[in-house]
Amino acid sequence: MTARQGAAVTARPGPLPSAGPAVRAPGRGTTGRLRAVALNATGVAVAVVTLAPIAWMISTAFKPQREIFSLTPHPLPAHPTLANFGTVFSGGAVGITFWTFFVNSLLVTLTAVAASSLIALVAAVAVARFAFRFRTSFLIMLLVVQMLPQQALVIALFIDFRALNLLDSLPGLILLYTAFALPISIWMLRNFVAAVPREMEEAAAIDGAGPARIFWRILFPLVAPGLVATSVFSFIFAWNEYIFALTFLSPNTPGKFTLPIYVTYFMGQHSSDWGAIMAASTLYTIPPIAFFLLVQRRMARGLVAGAVKG
Amino acid sequence: MTKLPAPGRPGRPGARPSGAQADDLAAPPPPGADTGLVTRFGARRSGQDHLPWRVRPGVLVRRYHLAPYLLSAPALAGVGWLIVWPTVQVGLFSFQNYGILQVAGVAPTRWVGLANFTTTFSDPEFWVSLRNSVLFAGVVVPLTLVTGTCVGLLLNRLGRRMSVVVSTSTLLAWATPTVAATVIFYWLFNPDGGVVDWALARLPGWLGGGAATWTGFNWMTSALPVYTVATLLLVWQGFPFIAVSVLAGLKTVPAELYEAARVDGATPWRTFWKITYPLLKPIFLVLLLLSVIWDFGVFTQLYILTGSGANLDEYNLGIYVYQRAFSTPPSYGLGGALALVLTFILLLITVGYVRASIKQGALR
Repeated sequence: MTARQGAAVTARPGPLPSAGPAVRAPGRGTTGRLRAVALNATGVAVAVVTLAPIAWMISTAFKPQREIFSLTPHPLPAHPTLANFGTVFSGGAVGITFWTFFVNSLLVTLTAVAASSLIALVAAVAVARFAFRFRTSFLIMLLVVQMLPQQALVIALFIDFRALNLLDSLPGLILLYTAFALPISIWMLRNFVAAVPREMEEAAAIDGAGPARIFWRILFPLVAPGLVATSVFSFIFAWNEYIFALTFLSPNTPGKFTLPIYVTYFMGQHSSDWGAIMAASTLYTIPPIAFFLLVQRRMARGLVAGAVKG
Repeated sequence: MTKLPAPGRPGRPGARPSGAQADDLAAPPPPGADTGLVTRFGARRSGQDHLPWRVRPGVLVRRYHLAPYLLSAPALAGVGWLIVWPTVQVGLFSFQNYGILQVAGVAPTRWVGLANFTTTFSDPEFWVSLRNSVLFAGVVVPLTLVTGTCVGLLLNRLGRRMSVVVSTSTLLAWATPTVAATVIFYWLFNPDGGVVDWALARLPGWLGGGAATWTGFNWMTSALPVYTVATLLLVWQGFPFIAVSVLAGLKTVPAELYEAARVDGATPWRTFWKITYPLLKPIFLVLLLLSVIWDFGVFTQLYILTGSGANLDEYNLGIYVYQRAFSTPPSYGLGGALALVLTFILLLITVGYVRASIKQGALR
């Protein structure tokens, strides 16, 4: 049920952006060179337009109040200041330091990513390596389940979790994020498991390795790139998730907020302190972007590996 | 997709080939299969049959081909408990008078037939939010797809290094958390200090600018401006994914086809429609369906932009469902009926998605 980030399509087809070919047959003379220049200029324009909102957020976060509301806004802060970050870390409007929410979000996200990756990997082995009775139904269910709107499910989940005393609790969110990350993770990991040559497992078995050993020593390292690719999706899903957290976390106990709820709550409380709001949302944006940049290489390699079908 | 061939087969006299089909489930296990001497993956444990407690489960698993069921059990339990069962529950609520009293156990739950649905369909709010959802998806989906496809085609023509730079920067927009992205756009379009109002006020009049209209213009209080901001936001968030998927598809198109088109003097426009589009049609179909599903009931962005859905004209189906269910007093029955309608619409689209995926061979 990943919002914008999941899709069965990506896991299969060929290489990712990093493997771009040279400019395709760029004529010989000046027209060719002109065309190349035009192409590159368009590329730069696309990158700039796309990055502009993010840049504006960061720039506002470093601006003093006076510059934020100045009559002629400037792209860069003239007198950069850390005061906005100071407000966020010292607790500012909410009265609780940013770190509390950061730790909440990190705990929920990392636990959910680890749990769902492991459960999904095991299930992916079942779908990729065995022919069993409900295999096709299982796969179709995974596809359909991703499409169910969370606004619909949240109604029943709210009542169920109320009965189980899991409202307003981080473990409750961990359970949900784990379950909701499963369909897309299984769907993606399936291709990676299928790409591991069976001969390697057979060889290990002949050498006397048991199933557990084969799983941890052979399969696990070989699908690690796939796990990284999958975990990007589940990380972004759990880190982003809004509607469950909004519904389940009570505004009376802000100490349990995850970051998205904190950011919007902060905005509601201090609607004109844009410097601090942008500082909070910059800090909120750093981990997924850092994570993405960190694993991007490996992710590309992983997706390519997943595309190779036996 | 065949099952894992038992690797220990060669060194296992008397054992059945474990790649056998389901019909031998009923057949009596041949001698040697259940002695516990052979584990699933190998034939080493011969000296350890004094440890039956360690070996017995493995034998059962192997004899009844339980492995795939055991392996998928945790995933099935999680998905079943937290996704499938709530869906069923919502379906049940929609035919009941389920509200706060029923949750608390103060008043009994009654079946009310189709009452929730008749209430829903006779509510003008419902039709407004349905209209908003349809129009919004009708604008955002084509915009996202066209922008994404153009950027994908561009990435394919760029040199290696440039391609990495551009795709990485667009994917940064994709990796920006939804709430952060929404808050950024809220700030860009803020009437007090927002940079968009400032820029529009300085545009010449023939371009629609002008200080009189745009100074302090509030984007969030009426439907059309809010949906304009939401459109820009969703296109910004959505096109990188389309671009990268299209790029991945383009890499699979044989270069000779484009070469031939170039030799024949085909225009880029014609090349796209005669070569690229037909070949990438399955990918486009899946991307189209996914985009419709994502944009039709979009919640988070609109909920934040509209300030928790204060203005009824600004509702879309996603927000309307939520408000109906969790308004004060909450009416889970009414919300459930609405959720069912939303789910039904999305499932209709999903059927298309599943069929497209099957055609693409995704279930192999």
